[in-house]
Amino acid sequence: MINSSLKELAAALAGKKISSVELTTLFLDRIERLNPDINAFVTVDRDRTLAAARAADQKVGADRTALTGIPLAHKDIFCAAGWRTTCGSKMLANFVSPYDAHVVERLDAAGMVTLGKCNMDEFAMGSSNETSFFGPVKNPWNLACVPGGSSGGSAAAIAARLAPAATGTDTGGSIRQPAALCGLTGLKPTYGVVSRYGMIAFASSLDQGGPMAKSAEDCALLLNGMAGFDGRDSTSLERPAEDYCREIDARGSTREGDKPLQGLRIGLPKEFFGAGMDDGVRAAVEAALAEYRTLGATTVEVSLPNSGLSVPAYYVIAPAEASSNLSRFDGVRYGHRAAEYADLNEMYAKSRAEGFGVEVKRRILIGTYVLSHGYYDAYYLKAQKIRRLIAADFSAAFEACDVIMGPTAPSVAFPFGAKSDDPVQMYLSDIYTIAVNLAGLPGMSIPCGFDAGLPVGLQIIGPWFAEAKMLGVAHRYQQATDWHRRMPAGLAE
Amino acid sequence: MSLSLDDVSRIARLARIEISPAETEQTRDQLNGILAFVEQLQAVYTDGIAPMAHAVDVVQRLRPDVVTETDCREAFQTIAPETEAGLYLVPKVIE
Repeated sequence: MINSSLKELAAALAGKKISSVELTTLFLDRIERLNPDINAFVTVDRDRTLAAARAADQKVGADRTALTGIPLAHKDIFCAAGWRTTCGSKMLANFVSPYDAHVVERLDAAGMVTLGKCNMDEFAMGSSNETSFFGPVKNPWNLACVPGGSSGGSAAAIAARLAPAATGTDTGGSIRQPAALCGLTGLKPTYGVVSRYGMIAFASSLDQGGPMAKSAEDCALLLNGMAGFDGRDSTSLERPAEDYCREIDARGSTREGDKPLQGLRIGLPKEFFGAGMDDGVRAAVEAALAEYRTLGATTVEVSLPNSGLSVPAYYVIAPAEASSNLSRFDGVRYGHRAAEYADLNEMYAKSRAEGFGVEVKRRILIGTYVLSHGYYDAYYLKAQKIRRLIAADFSAAFEACDVIMGPTAPSVAFPFGAKSDDPVQMYLSDIYTIAVNLAGLPGMSIPCGFDAGLPVGLQIIGPWFAEAKMLGVAHRYQQATDWHRRMPAGLAE
Repeated sequence: MSLSLDDVSRIARLARIEISPAETEQTRDQLNGILAFVEQLQAVYTDGIAPMAHAVDVVQRLRPDVVTETDCREAFQTIAPETEAGLYLVPKVIE
């Protein structure tokens, strides 16, 4: 059961082979047993969760959806009414949300059951989950290694089979990089497809929520539940509803010798295949591309000449927006307030000094500096101009190909502490993912092999709104391979 | 350009984050490391390029001017650090 796809779980629930209460209890018991070692969840509320499962079991007929009764975990960046919502920070360690994020509201309405809230890098600022106030998440494939970040708790929860699926958010790679490091499938949609309402803001022009699960098929089902227009997010896009499963369902199963991807042109950016990628990652990615050729696709070299500027541009834009967004944490209406202070300014300064961790403070300070008087043009405006150059590179590349592929991360999961002393080294973990956020494109990661026993991720990038196409392309690969079905040893039922 | 200890103190004051004298030096070094890293942006020729604020070109929506929020004051104030008679309390700012 713990290895089942969402479709299989839905069929078992619809056929009354198992109830949502039984299925949910199975995962709650696993969380109780395994979470102390992995630290993927920061909040579990058994009674609240089982009440939702009982309600899902009561639903009949038209009230049921493809997701009704299936448990899932939420990244603790999503506000959920009545649930403690911490964003991985001491600042919000006691914050019980009075309202639901749009994503939570939609998945609840679809009948999904919230298993708990997942650990994450503080305010989503990190690539290793080491910045969480609640301690680091361990990678289920090797407990001495990081799970990636910032959605590391969501990724570890699925990899350890503590949840069948989870929500994540991706500002610079925070869905795709942990998905790669934990052997999962994760999708960051086109900016504006999933509402940011109730998703605690980091860098508003880059933040986007998305699904994390074992397979592309599972992610497509979840995205159907998550995506949609929401007037409460001013950047939510008004578009006709899409069925993200349509390319997956379009053709039957792959028979041997079939070329289901005949005609697909895969662009390989030469900048993604140069120095900087570990040999083991390169070997797994090359093998995946060979499999894609066997499935009928052709590969063509493309160029993203400005992609090398994406990490520095990001580390101007993201901290600038974060310094503005995080100014709301002032110890007045909610969140941490210092115990002692002489006046209002000292109350702010002490509350924020105590409530924020080192990396968050560092980014707020950088952001404050680049937005301060006299520096705006040199930093923020300059970075926004470079952002347009990066987006234009992708537009040009997509004239020669349908999707772009490459590595998700330059290495597999690294040991705790390996990069935590050097912020710039840590930032370079996202070297292949950040350009996608700057351009607002959809990007995903799928498992494509192992290096030294740790999973490697293949990144698939599509043109704006190509999610269904990308999910179909990923699904054909997952029909022909079984990397996405592998699970860490020692975590079986 | 690199930041001095005074610059770091000024930025911390603007950001309303208290930094102890012991932390100031390390903070300065790390901020200077990040600024040196982003310095490469300055070498890029960007004359005539329009800044890109958002990924997809959309215009700001307008909505009818009607009340959409309900009164949730009590629920919101249960999670506040300090309230009295429906008001949020902060240190006195007007003498």
